[in-house]
Amino acid sequence: MSETTASRPAAALRADDKPIERAPQGAVGKLGGVAGWVDDRTRAAKGVNYLLRKVFPDHWSFMLGEIAMYSLIVCLLTGAFLTFWFVPSMGQTVYDGSYIPLQGVVMSEAYASTLDISFDIKGGLLIRQIHHWAALMFIVSLSVHMMRVFFTGAFRKPRELNWVIGTVLALLAIVEGFAGYSLPDDLLSGTGLRAMQGFILTVPVIGSYIAYALFGGDFPGEMIIPRLYAAHVLLIPAILVGLFIVHVTMVAVNKHTQYPGPGKTNDNVVGYRVMPVYAAKAGGFFFLVFGLTALIAAFAQINAIWVHGPYDPSAVTAGAQPDWYMWFSDGALRLLPGWIEFTVFGFTFSPNIAIGSIILLPLVYTVLGAYPFVERWITGDDREHHLLDRPRNAPTRTGVGMAAITGYTVLALACVNDIIAIKLGMSINDLTRFFRVAVFLLPILVFWITKRICLGLQRHDRELVLHGRETGTVIRTPEGRFFERHEDLDPYTRWRLVSFDTYRPIELEPATDANGLVRKGARKDRLRAALSRFYFTDQIHPVTPAELAAAHHDGHGHEALEGAAEEEYPEQIGADR
Amino acid sequence: MNALAARRRHPAAIALLLMLALVVTGGLYAAFAPKPAAAAAVTADQVAQGKALFQANCASCHGLNGEGNEAEVGGELRSFGPSLVGAGAAAVHFQMETGRMPLANPGVQAQRVSKIKFEQEEIDSIAAWVATLGPGPARPDEEWLDWEGSGDAGRGGTIYRSNCAMCHSSAGAGGALTRGKYAPSLEGVEPVHIYEAMLTGPQNMPVFNDTNLTPEDKRDVIAYVKQMHAVGNPGGLGLGGFGPAAEALFAWVFGLSIMIGTAVWLGQKGA
Repeated sequence: MSETTASRPAAALRADDKPIERAPQGAVGKLGGVAGWVDDRTRAAKGVNYLLRKVFPDHWSFMLGEIAMYSLIVCLLTGAFLTFWFVPSMGQTVYDGSYIPLQGVVMSEAYASTLDISFDIKGGLLIRQIHHWAALMFIVSLSVHMMRVFFTGAFRKPRELNWVIGTVLALLAIVEGFAGYSLPDDLLSGTGLRAMQGFILTVPVIGSYIAYALFGGDFPGEMIIPRLYAAHVLLIPAILVGLFIVHVTMVAVNKHTQYPGPGKTNDNVVGYRVMPVYAAKAGGFFFLVFGLTALIAAFAQINAIWVHGPYDPSAVTAGAQPDWYMWFSDGALRLLPGWIEFTVFGFTFSPNIAIGSIILLPLVYTVLGAYPFVERWITGDDREHHLLDRPRNAPTRTGVGMAAITGYTVLALACVNDIIAIKLGMSINDLTRFFRVAVFLLPILVFWITKRICLGLQRHDRELVLHGRETGTVIRTPEGRFFERHEDLDPYTRWRLVSFDTYRPIELEPATDANGLVRKGARKDRLRAALSRFYFTDQIHPVTPAELAAAHHDGHGHEALEGAAEEEYPEQIGADR
Repeated sequence: MNALAARRRHPAAIALLLMLALVVTGGLYAAFAPKPAAAAAVTADQVAQGKALFQANCASCHGLNGEGNEAEVGGELRSFGPSLVGAGAAAVHFQMETGRMPLANPGVQAQRVSKIKFEQEEIDSIAAWVATLGPGPARPDEEWLDWEGSGDAGRGGTIYRSNCAMCHSSAGAGGALTRGKYAPSLEGVEPVHIYEAMLTGPQNMPVFNDTNLTPEDKRDVIAYVKQMHAVGNPGGLGLGGFGPAAEALFAWVFGLSIMIGTAVWLGQKGA
């Protein structure tokens, strides 16, 4: 810089300028000194400055992911405590701890040490219960977080990758959970492991080899607990934490999405800076989540491993369910008919198990991960989206999401069919038959209902924008006409109701070109056009300024009661508008 | 010479000695002989009273002489009340003392009823009469119900998990069977009724006779169930003992609401 300016003749004019005074580094006070010292060595100031000044929008639904994050941290903290005492070994021992009903019983060291954690180590039971409740809350809150992201369209460009990472995180979370509740080696977890081994055996050809490799021999062997332990405390948490850091970093890099509203555009983020607002709020929220989880754990018992007794392959308990996030798979197994198993050339194929486990589990998460790309293909929308959709403004997506949740829930409930039967005094056979039909019909029904509700809400929004709020004040004119006074919305409220995108369904290009030859990819286009019609044919468009002006002109903001029937405005739907 | 020696030639001495010998022999026999317990204490009056009670209250299903009530309905032999020949006193005690009989209402299986409509004496006499219909299991001896004194809960637990947990659940909370039938909860069930249930196999329960599970085994099972329930729920609310099903409901309903409630509250604060 100085060399180039010095060469210019005009620079001589500034020869008398005082040089800018800079505070010597380390002289700003004690804190500044330390910060300066650290920055000189790490160059961290720039990054920290970026982070502390970063603006995030404020909404409670943006904190669902935070609940998941904090629950994960609670799991890591309490899990570290549990590793101090847990013995991941299937070696046999005779229990002599303080739980009387199991004294003198031969069991694995894993189970005995879990009993010790529960009964003989101070605070052990509480920590174990915090760990398990936090694990449940981790997966509950990440699921709800995922629903929020889905229904508001936050997965759209540029966040598709982060959605995929989130999906992988969700899958890893259930694998981690499964590994975790299998560790105590009680009757319930052993039954779960047995089921898992059964899943693996259904893999055609190599299933038995995988199972033998994984269990170090036939079930149960002596290897599976130590191996699951390594996966549970080391391998999966490392991947989980690593991916989760990428996930959060991507949120910062892509900027957080925000709900539509006045002043909020695709190019800005309206909210508060991390320092001081979110530093205080998020920090406080961590302690709230930790505290509430501890409170739940202090009052509600979870996974009472002592009532199940040690695992014994010959025993099984009624009411055996996995933790809830594995229900959909277990439920599918309960619904699948047994007769679809068959034998070819002496090899048994078990689609009755495979479909509900080794096919369904990856399928659900693949479909989840692929959704943003499918929707982008259908809409052909390459724009960046930083403003969220209100769920009603994407009726088909909302319907599809609700249908998926319904299908998942039916499968999950099928897994607790025995508990439902005994608690509601119903027949387990009837329940199973009902679920078998419901898993196909209910999603369709729920899709249709959800879509109708969304369209209804959108029409209501239009009505509100065009004609204002009904005041309930009925006015009688001197000629004797009656009308109800409507109050116009203020522009801020109105903006929220009209600022959304609509898509035009894709027009199908002719399948053959001018020469009558079949165009390449015509079939794919036909599918895409069909899906586009499915998504967007009956969408409702936001009120345009022209429509608003017209409504104000003929209605003067009110609607005559007597003429209400004739004046009802025409259907607003249709792609042509 | 003491008084006893002086009277040993007394004419009544021989009679007294005979009485004593009879009492000792009888006593020893009573103490050591294997006995169908209740049968010994039964009087003819009791049996007659039992028969009258039975015919007034039970005969409409089980037949006037306890022969059962089977009829062909649509080419299929259906039982409207099983024969009680060989059912034994234990079965009567179990069914009537838990209120399962007389049947409160027709259904897939008899349900436990808290209000027992018969006096203990009446139940005993009906049991005495049913026991005369044919040899069947009698009430267990007190010795096998003494789970606190001589029961081994650890051993009983192992037996429980292999034989009972698949229906009654490892927590003894009960479980569902096919077509609306169920295995009831074992919480608060009298030891004698647990024993009699194993012995007689009421409703859908299999019979665990004395060669299958010895009386010691049964006593240990009772000890396990009782001790497990005595421990209660050291971790807090037991949530019904239904494991992950109840925990999931709790996490989704209570856990999630309290977390979201806190998020909403915090979302309105401080900015």
